[in-house]
Amino acid sequence: MIKFFDTLGRYCLLMKKVFSRPEKWSIYRKRIVFEMDALGYNSIGIAAIISIFMGAVVTLQMAINLESPFIPRSLIGYATRETMILEFSSTVVALILAGKVGSNIASEIGTMRITEQIDALEIMGINSASYLIMPKIVATIFFFPLLTILSMVIGVFGGWVVAGFTGIMMPDDYIEGLFYAFRPLSIIYSLIKASVFAYLITSISGFFGYYAQGNSLEVGRASTKAVVVSSIAILVFNLILTQIFLT
Amino acid sequence: MIRGENIVKIFDGRRVLDDVSVLFDAGKTNLIIGRSGSGKTVLLKSLVGLHEIDEGNIYFDDLCYTKLDFNARKAVRKDIGMIFQGGALLDSSTVEDNIRLPLDLFTEQSFEEKMERVNFCLKRVNLPNAHKLYPAELSGGMIKRVAIARAIVLNPKYLFCDEPNSGLDPMTSIVIDNLIKEITEEYNITTIVNTHDMNSVMEIGEKIVFIHEGKKWWEGTKHDILQSDNRELNDFVFASAMAKRAKANM
Ligand SMILES: Nc1ncnc2c1ncn2[C@@H]1O[C@H](COP(=O)(O)OP(=O)(O)OP(=O)(O)O)[C@@H](O)[C@H]1O
Ligand SMILES: [Mg+2]
Repeated sequence: MIKFFDTLGRYCLLMKKVFSRPEKWSIYRKRIVFEMDALGYNSIGIAAIISIFMGAVVTLQMAINLESPFIPRSLIGYATRETMILEFSSTVVALILAGKVGSNIASEIGTMRITEQIDALEIMGINSASYLIMPKIVATIFFFPLLTILSMVIGVFGGWVVAGFTGIMMPDDYIEGLFYAFRPLSIIYSLIKASVFAYLITSISGFFGYYAQGNSLEVGRASTKAVVVSSIAILVFNLILTQIFLT
Repeated sequence: MIRGENIVKIFDGRRVLDDVSVLFDAGKTNLIIGRSGSGKTVLLKSLVGLHEIDEGNIYFDDLCYTKLDFNARKAVRKDIGMIFQGGALLDSSTVEDNIRLPLDLFTEQSFEEKMERVNFCLKRVNLPNAHKLYPAELSGGMIKRVAIARAIVLNPKYLFCDEPNSGLDPMTSIVIDNLIKEITEEYNITTIVNTHDMNSVMEIGEKIVFIHEGKKWWEGTKHDILQSDNRELNDFVFASAMAKRAKANM
């Protein structure tokens, strides 16, 4: 428990360093664009693949379990949409990205720590924490919501494909369900969640990488820790945010 | 001039540096020598402020570095160049970007002016055509030379080198050593070099400090070093065949 608060304290101190005034905006802007490409753009593939499969599976499950003459078939489209928007496209995609992006960040920064690259930056008079971590945080906070929107669209599309190909329901019913009782607010809610998760993943992974010490074994350990802790943080904050927004 | 007064550095209750006082002059290549694990790297990093020292004071010329806050230290750091044991080039940037980074951050020069400076520094270290290479594509000696180029790009007043020639063949070592010595004299830099290589000591050492188990054991010039009667120093010095021969010829 003491260790937890000690770690939390060090995390907060690091964040203070990360968000202090940057040396020069033009350099940071360049780094942000670079990180958007490295952390965001490169994650489109994996987000798309899991989304299309999840959308398809959710639709199948709904169709099989809601086999009843009293339930309109369009409900399946509605349920798929709600699942994708409310939980899947933000939370599950974030968990996958915690694995991909989190381990990437922790091992990159951890390696820079043990090969003295961070010391080299400090000696040049650069605020290394801010220089390395802040562009990643900003880039992911902006890019993850885009991935979430993409995931929603692709997931719902996956459901439609399954509906059409397996013949378990009429694609028209599915489409009708998609637009039933549509609340734009839930999309906003989902995007806010995506940004919060992006912050959690990037800052936590950056933290574990930044304080790695020793050798490559330690870097491996730091990146595992980064993934585990950011996943747990995502789940906890998902609960908190759901409580705040939807009640 | 760099001065350290009674420096103490404690790691996990162990005094890794114990009451070390040193004085290094400008325009000279000052060496810190000692066995592996004696505390050379810790001393160097303490001097530049990468380690917070537990007791003592460090002066850069007349400025008491230990008493400065973070922002004031940043100003001093712009005058510091440092070459790390492993080179510590940024893996994700090309040679050119590595060297230009300090210019990008701390000067208002145009791109052309910056590139002119980068070209000059790369020529100075005899790597005129390495601009677009990544650190992974360089040999050990080239990495050290790029590290030197990066360290001198802002015209530092102080240069710190942690084992600049470890892992290099004897010929390349001498080239690197002499490069550091030349640059030091050319720009009147206060240079401090960590080494456990007796070749370097005899080649470029002007002032030499011998560290043993975290304490300053001996200091002097390379002329004194062969005649010292300090037992630990002699063990260190005459472990090298070259030094034995030099002594025999005296
Ligand atoms: N961050 C640290 N935490 C704890 N102990 C450390 C740390 N850094 C160095 N030490 C200890 O300080 C002692 C001196 O280490 P240092 O790296 O200065 O040796 P060195 O003289 O540079 O050796 P080498 O020639 O092998 O580089 C070692 O015993 C090491 O275990
Ligand atoms: Mg060392």
